[in-house]
Amino acid sequence: MAKELEREGIPTVLLCNIVPIALTVGANRVVPTRGIQYPTGDPSLSREQEEAWRERLLMTALAALETPVNDPTVFPVISGPAGEQWGVKGDSI
Amino acid sequence: MGLRIVHYINQFFAGIGGEEKADLPPELRSGPLGPGRLIQSLLEGRGEVVATLICGDTYFAEHQEEACRHSAELLLTVKPDLLLAGPAFASGRYGLACGEVARLALHELKIPAVAAMHPENPGAQAAVAGAHIVPCGSSAASMKEAVPRLLALGIKLATGADVSPDVDGYLPRGIRKNVTAELPASARALDMLLAKIAGRSFASEVPLPQFDRVPPAPPVPDLRWATVALLTEGGLVPRGNPDRIESSRASRYARYPIGELRAFVPGEFESVHGGYATDHANADPNRLVPLDVARRLEKAGRIGRLHEVYYTTVGNGTSVQKAQSFAREIAAELRAGGVQAAILTAT
Repeated sequence: MAKELEREGIPTVLLCNIVPIALTVGANRVVPTRGIQYPTGDPSLSREQEEAWRERLLMTALAALETPVNDPTVFPVISGPAGEQWGVKGDSI
Repeated sequence: MGLRIVHYINQFFAGIGGEEKADLPPELRSGPLGPGRLIQSLLEGRGEVVATLICGDTYFAEHQEEACRHSAELLLTVKPDLLLAGPAFASGRYGLACGEVARLALHELKIPAVAAMHPENPGAQAAVAGAHIVPCGSSAASMKEAVPRLLALGIKLATGADVSPDVDGYLPRGIRKNVTAELPASARALDMLLAKIAGRSFASEVPLPQFDRVPPAPPVPDLRWATVALLTEGGLVPRGNPDRIESSRASRYARYPIGELRAFVPGEFESVHGGYATDHANADPNRLVPLDVARRLEKAGRIGRLHEVYYTTVGNGTSVQKAQSFAREIAAELRAGGVQAAILTAT
């Protein structure tokens, strides 16, 4: 599905755990996640930590969508405190 | 008397006209036309091109169902022993039509059929749906090589001879046939291993699937001004699964509004995916579709706008073809909704 969306000109980032499959199939923008059952979570963390992880994951995903690629490319999750550079911290829902 | 052959061509090769005549609906003319004359001359008494089925390329592409139905009716009036289509070379609409007519003749009318086209012609996808497709060059310059191969395979099929992609050069149709091997698998595997170690050539008996490459879409320079959509193949649906998405081999996808939601609330949404343990996702659906944080990033201005619906299906034994058709439809909707980028989560 990621490929077809890209074929139609919509940059698409695939958040998934089994990166080799994503690359074999040919997804162009891939962000590795921590588990098959929770692509944007990590149940081993506290709720606060998990949201911070999800935020880093999404920030990486957004960066992937803003980056030109030539081939299937993996974007490892940006490390460091979540949201700091974007001024998002503290803006709770 | 020999084989009675119907030959399918487009308006151009029939000599009717170019793009201005591409809206022509299917029609049947007696005898060979255009490349059909070459087929006729190669037959040398083994048969006859009794009729030519013609359809405009645009008509076929835009009215595929009707064009197929009408073509089938016309074919039934002749009941040929063989249908040959093309060669379509690299022409996309023509290739699509040739592939479809060949598939239809074989599967629905039980008439042996072969089409010829360049292997990268989008119409060559019909091979996966069971049509026999002979690869050829990309332009009509390869007509003289293409037509004899088209006819040769056609004659073999029409006379019930055994054919295979290796011997007859047609595109693999993804069909497995049981055969008796001379050696047991253990011996064949060792032979293959020894050949590999010695650097000799060997052929795998289980060809790996070939995935095409899609040129990456250009990035969105700055998502602060863009609309972004959330999608998942992880089966997240409102409680009760109102559209009854199947837990495996999904035949459908759905879209659900999230415009009013700040986050997914457990109990209101659930996963119906049958291919992984959904406890963690059900305990917090934002682990599957990251609505909570995406909404926060929207509020903070990092994302211009989150699209008002999210898309969902179940990617569990779902065929590649189905997934592709879902995504094509979704892409059209996303573009119509002004969406510039997509975040797709996979389990």
